[in-house]
Amino acid sequence: MSWIDKILPSIVRSGEESERRTNVPEGLWSKCVKCESVLYRPDLEHNLNVCPKCEHHMRIGARRRLDIFLDEEGRTEICTDVEPVDRLKFKDLKKYKDRLSAAQKATGEKDALIAMEGSVKGLPVVSVAFEFAFHGGSMGYAVGEKFTRAANVALEKKVPLVCFAASGGARMQEALISLMQMAKTSAVIERMKQQGVPYISVMTDPVYGGVSASLALLGDLNVAEPNARAGFAGPNIIEQTIRQKLPKGFQLSEFLLEHGAIDMIIPRPQMRDKLAGILSKLMHHPVDLGVAESEPECESESVEQQEE
Amino acid sequence: MNPNYLDFEQPIAELEVKIEELQLVGNDNDININEEISKLKEKSHKLTEKIFSDLTPWDIVKVARHPQRPYTLDYLPRVFTDFEELHGDRHFGDDKSIIGGLARLNGEPVMVIGQEKGRSVKDKVLRNFGMPKPEGYRKALRLMEMAERFKLPIITLIDTPGAYPGIDSEERGISEAIAQNLAVMSRLKTPIICLVIGEGSSGGALGIGVGDHTAMLQYSTYFVISPEGCANIIWKTSEKAPDAAEAMGLTSTILENLGIVDSTIPEPMGAAHRDIDLMAERITAHLSEQLKKLQALDADDLLAQRYERLMSYGND
Repeated sequence: MSWIDKILPSIVRSGEESERRTNVPEGLWSKCVKCESVLYRPDLEHNLNVCPKCEHHMRIGARRRLDIFLDEEGRTEICTDVEPVDRLKFKDLKKYKDRLSAAQKATGEKDALIAMEGSVKGLPVVSVAFEFAFHGGSMGYAVGEKFTRAANVALEKKVPLVCFAASGGARMQEALISLMQMAKTSAVIERMKQQGVPYISVMTDPVYGGVSASLALLGDLNVAEPNARAGFAGPNIIEQTIRQKLPKGFQLSEFLLEHGAIDMIIPRPQMRDKLAGILSKLMHHPVDLGVAESEPECESESVEQQEE
Repeated sequence: MNPNYLDFEQPIAELEVKIEELQLVGNDNDININEEISKLKEKSHKLTEKIFSDLTPWDIVKVARHPQRPYTLDYLPRVFTDFEELHGDRHFGDDKSIIGGLARLNGEPVMVIGQEKGRSVKDKVLRNFGMPKPEGYRKALRLMEMAERFKLPIITLIDTPGAYPGIDSEERGISEAIAQNLAVMSRLKTPIICLVIGEGSSGGALGIGVGDHTAMLQYSTYFVISPEGCANIIWKTSEKAPDAAEAMGLTSTILENLGIVDSTIPEPMGAAHRDIDLMAERITAHLSEQLKKLQALDADDLLAQRYERLMSYGND
């Protein structure tokens, strides 16, 4: 590093920032991956991991997702006995079995989907969330099976299903078994549709491939978080195919809304209220539950002080 | 190298050239030459048999993509009669990479839907190399729903390198179009028979591939990501595609073992393109047999059986 680089503030230096961004050590401080503001972690978490400065929605895990969506009382994790199976004995550079164990160790989850029964503002729901940290949230047998079983619980109890998708697509290592999970999940969703049990699909960054071309776009309502990327083919593949640059904002939530793929964009802090309101209407609940419980505040003061 | 033969088939190509040459000479009358020709033909036949009895998954990928591989348009006139093509999705346009229409199979009316890659360069462009856009899947859905209304069985022929990955495809909702087909096909009250005739690539194939019975031609492939795509992700180079093909289990033998594909239709010696008529005969026989079985079922039983089958994917 030259002397001039050394005296420049880190934010001005470019090139290597992407690596550094995520390298902020665990602790009290965090950095926004978009605007690079230094953020006080408790503030950030209080703000549901939405940057108080630029409102960038950072990725959050499946458990946290369900934690902020469901009522605190009366939630139970369901379908916990579903486990991944390596039917093909798939091996590339590593064995799939070893990749699975590594992912299980790193995340503490059996596979990439968590399912819970609970309520939102007192309205009973079944909710599932993808764990993107587990194999890129990819859908193989375990994800498809757990989704289907959770949907069956919703069907049986006639309560809505809300899915928070975050996935790179079908899981390569389970080959056609993964592909068939698309058919399986779509079939159970169609059954819900036929029986008038609501299904809401929430797209969070990112949703691609086989998950996008099945369960994520089959909601009675499809909604997305701001700036979530969702599409069938990844931008790289499209660029390689058509040999041109993609337009700005391509495949982002706003693009999806403009092209009619989703009903609305809901910022994370309003997700609970909005979906409760919508579901209370769909379920003919006598009281509309869409009113905000309390406005989450943006406690950015301490952060600003810190930056000065 | 003879472009009509794949790399592993070149020894056969050489023999065939010799046979052709001798045949030209043979026209100038000589009995010994005829004998020689039949010897060479025998040799060529044995060689073909030997080579094709031991194909690697990557070889099969190449056969499935063979430039002379029969496409939907080759089978349509051979397997069906009175085909009447129907066009358009009624929303945006007519996607020529998916052909659909009314036809008769052994005299019985059916709805046929097939993906078409196109033979000549001009055709390939017209058919977008067999890569459907949303309007293709929506046309297929429209025709399938029509088939349900008029109690016509549905037959789908799968052969695509994948749904089209382009800006317009995304803008018009390719994901939703495929997803919708998967959902609706799971409950259409009419028999659906699916047949992979070439390449069954991922969601683009499955978009017309949900049904009561799925078969594959012996040298066709069915996969969640192309071997090149898989190799790119894992080895960071598409040159490892043969290894990827090996690992992925994309052949009918493996897929039958996994319970995803129900049966395999044997191809003529040296693959379908060597004898399209024979291949078509076998396809006709297969479709007739399956149709008969499925039509014997009561509509509710048919649906229950299809649903159960869908739910079982991936179970032991």
